[in-house]
Amino acid sequence: MALHTMTLAELTAGLESGEFTSVDVTRSLLDRIATYDAKLNALITVTGDAALAAAAKADADRAAGNVGMLNGLPVIHKDIFCTRGVKTSCGSKMLDNFISPYDAAIVERMTAAGAVVLGKANMDEFAMGSSNETSFYGPVHNPWDLDCSPGGSSGGSAASVAARFAPAATATDTGGSIRQPAALTNTVGIKPTYGRVSRYGMIAFASSLDQAGTITRTAEDAARVLGVMAGFDERDSTSVDAPVPDYLGEIGESIKGLRVGIVRQHFDEGLDAACAVKVKEAIAVLESLGATTVEVDLPNIDLSVPTYYVVAPAECSSNLSRFDGVRFGHRAENAEDLFDLYCRSRGEGFGDEVKRRIMTGTYALSAGYYDAYYLKAQQVRQLIADDFRKAFADVDVIAGPTTPTPAFKLGDKVDDPITMYLNDIYTIGANLAGLPAISVPCGFVDELPIGLHLVGTHFAESTLLRCAHQYQQQTDWHTACPEAFA
Amino acid sequence: MSWEVVIGLEIHTQLATKSKIFSGASTAYGAEPNTQACLVDLGYPGVLPVLNKEVVHMAAMFGLAVNATVAPRSVFARKNYFYPDLPKGYQISQYELPIVEHGELFITDAEGNDKRIGITRAHLEEDAGKSIHEGLDKSSGIDLNRAGTPLLEIVSEPDIRSAKEAVAYMRKIHTIVRYLGISDGNMQEGSFRCDANVSVRPKGQEAFGTRAEIKNLNSFRFVEKAINFEVERQIELIEDGGEVVQETRLYDSDQDETRSMRSKEEANDYRYFPDPDLLPVEIAADFIESVRAELPELPDAKQQRFVEEYEVKKDDAAILTISRPVANYFEEAAAATDASAQLVANWVVGELSGALNKDGLEIGDSKVTAAELAGLLTRIHDNTISGKIAKQVFEAMWAGDGSADEVIEARGLKQITDSSAIEAVVDKVIEANPGQVAEYRAGKDKLIGFFVGQVMKETKGQANPGQVNQILKAKLSG
Repeated sequence: MALHTMTLAELTAGLESGEFTSVDVTRSLLDRIATYDAKLNALITVTGDAALAAAAKADADRAAGNVGMLNGLPVIHKDIFCTRGVKTSCGSKMLDNFISPYDAAIVERMTAAGAVVLGKANMDEFAMGSSNETSFYGPVHNPWDLDCSPGGSSGGSAASVAARFAPAATATDTGGSIRQPAALTNTVGIKPTYGRVSRYGMIAFASSLDQAGTITRTAEDAARVLGVMAGFDERDSTSVDAPVPDYLGEIGESIKGLRVGIVRQHFDEGLDAACAVKVKEAIAVLESLGATTVEVDLPNIDLSVPTYYVVAPAECSSNLSRFDGVRFGHRAENAEDLFDLYCRSRGEGFGDEVKRRIMTGTYALSAGYYDAYYLKAQQVRQLIADDFRKAFADVDVIAGPTTPTPAFKLGDKVDDPITMYLNDIYTIGANLAGLPAISVPCGFVDELPIGLHLVGTHFAESTLLRCAHQYQQQTDWHTACPEAFA
Repeated sequence: MSWEVVIGLEIHTQLATKSKIFSGASTAYGAEPNTQACLVDLGYPGVLPVLNKEVVHMAAMFGLAVNATVAPRSVFARKNYFYPDLPKGYQISQYELPIVEHGELFITDAEGNDKRIGITRAHLEEDAGKSIHEGLDKSSGIDLNRAGTPLLEIVSEPDIRSAKEAVAYMRKIHTIVRYLGISDGNMQEGSFRCDANVSVRPKGQEAFGTRAEIKNLNSFRFVEKAINFEVERQIELIEDGGEVVQETRLYDSDQDETRSMRSKEEANDYRYFPDPDLLPVEIAADFIESVRAELPELPDAKQQRFVEEYEVKKDDAAILTISRPVANYFEEAAAATDASAQLVANWVVGELSGALNKDGLEIGDSKVTAAELAGLLTRIHDNTISGKIAKQVFEAMWAGDGSADEVIEARGLKQITDSSAIEAVVDKVIEANPGQVAEYRAGKDKLIGFFVGQVMKETKGQANPGQVNQILKAKLSG
């Protein structure tokens, strides 16, 4: 079995038995990246030397009996996570010259657990986008069809895992940015409960929505990585001080009796008919495993996209103010005065989509408009959260499609932001309500993968992982590898 | 026309925490630029603020001290604007839901009556850094040491009616925050400064006039002068047919004038919204009660107690309670002597304050301790020395020549209380001044002062004045 095809679980077994070393694995994957990434553009930075050094250390640690949960396992970090001494660009020209002086909390935790970082994944600029086309470093291509988008904003993470560059990548999800690319690349993407994973060192887009998670090929691997990433961090006031369950240990439990909610609104006209068939088949598999289905109503869910596109830009307009050319990042040359320095540094450093959102958000927060936009959006957000709470009185998880269609062609939606935004129609609700959600591969439409979306109640990651894992035990969609990357 | 002045003050008090409001960096003053700014203070990508709980405690103390409501729930908001000394592009402050609301304090107005000044609110916020222009050619430097220093902004109601009242209010707040130990109140270092909102209106008119805000006044004197200048400027402007515009003004102490900084039209739209990086501050009722239990005795209560318990004059009590160290000094000295508390008060307010001022010392650094002063006052009380000699002794003590008793002994300043010795001097004086004796005996009583003076001169001031009087009167009438 080739090293690059192995999951974290399989690699762990091989490392434990001494069949191969972390250096072997790391070298093999770095070779693959060198050979294939020209096709995908999935990575912004490859940290080969550091990876080999980390792998050697992991092997030494293992020999010394010091074996962390991720010992010797290769991972790729989305370039939104600060990595000490390594360029952390957030997909933007603004931070093209930014070498982070510190590690993000999740980077710290994963490194401490023995992970080997191969590099930094491409992404939409400041995580604003659903196709990876807003990246300063150019779009990422979908391994299943190089003319297609892998989704976004975590397109580089998803494409890397799908193309077997690494068995796991970190990602972030503000409005579907983990789950949508996972669905479009035949990978598993989990966005945990808001507050489950520290945001410290994750460059902020919309602080009340941003959450870090993972992209892997199996739910089992997601459980392994999430178990390391999750937990209270006093450096993030919104992180929740609650014990982290043994995700990996609980994953094998049966889902018999699990109550699965089907949202009436999710199967309306917006959903591609072939996709609907696949998603319904997936739900039938859950039923065959002993789950029962219940129809649930989320009466305000249609408002989630417009609500999101007020709240997220408002927060981003403030979060991105620190990029002013004064202390770090891009600075315009020969500024005439302070105003000129600001205008040109920001004008040159940010791309169109980022500017669009900063302007939208600035408008929404302006005197005279605040009540009509920001405040109203927060009220609707509360309604949506209430809808979910009511629905979860009767069900354990809510199942539906992750995206309305399979992957779309690069360039198709880039000039039509509204259509682009609608790609996240099924995923954004979970962000607004702070709920955990997972996308798991559930088949192919026109030879392109799609995902089954499962949403849980707050801190029900374990239930989602178990449900996805049990589904993956019955199906083999996730083992399919794009031909060009076999 | 007769005008009424309306003033509201916004006082920025730096809270005396060791570390910053949202980071672990030190707040110590005067370090090399940018050596006390961590990644959070620098607004680096990905960093997050974490509230220093001590500031909540301090704000609660202040709230209780001014009889205000300490909010069970308050919210940090972002005030968005671009400036190089503001690293994140927003200041974290409190906007709609401040931690303290509806307080009050009392000042003494021009007629000597108590006057209530309402405190609208007090909210927590972070300070900005500062720009440095001196010594840099065609560029500006930024020092972010101060960025993230905790401030409590205390906003008064527009209840103040003169520059003098404004100063009295500001002094009162200054005294309170120092009593509470929540600020060092150091105005030179910018730990205590204020913005004054000033307007005028015709006497009797209810509606407020248009106000101007004078920014960043960092001394009591400047507050008084800036307000007086601004009031005159506004009255002159209106009387000349002009109109006051709402604007921000700066006070130039060299020119003693205020100048326009920016008008309302140029003002920022700060786009306040709740900071999603910070949770609302929830304060439980039992926390408030525990803070209340640990509050020190406050200036007003202490002043009243000094009047009642020590029977010192109200004016003196006011001065003695200006700070806790002064009040403690007084109480310690009063407890250590049988001399009257009023005598102690006179000496603390008079000689001691004078000596401290002359040497630029705080009372904590006094060269004469409370116990030592008590020792001196005891010697006045038991007639060992007169009050006049005591001043000499005090000077020697201040100079480090030892305790009161040591100085009295070494310099032979002990009062002469031996009647026969005084009688001998009195006889000598009577003999030497036959003319004055005759006049006195003829009815010119006032000459008694002359004879006392002569006796004191002969005894180098050491004779007991009471005894001298008594003996003189007896001998002269004989």
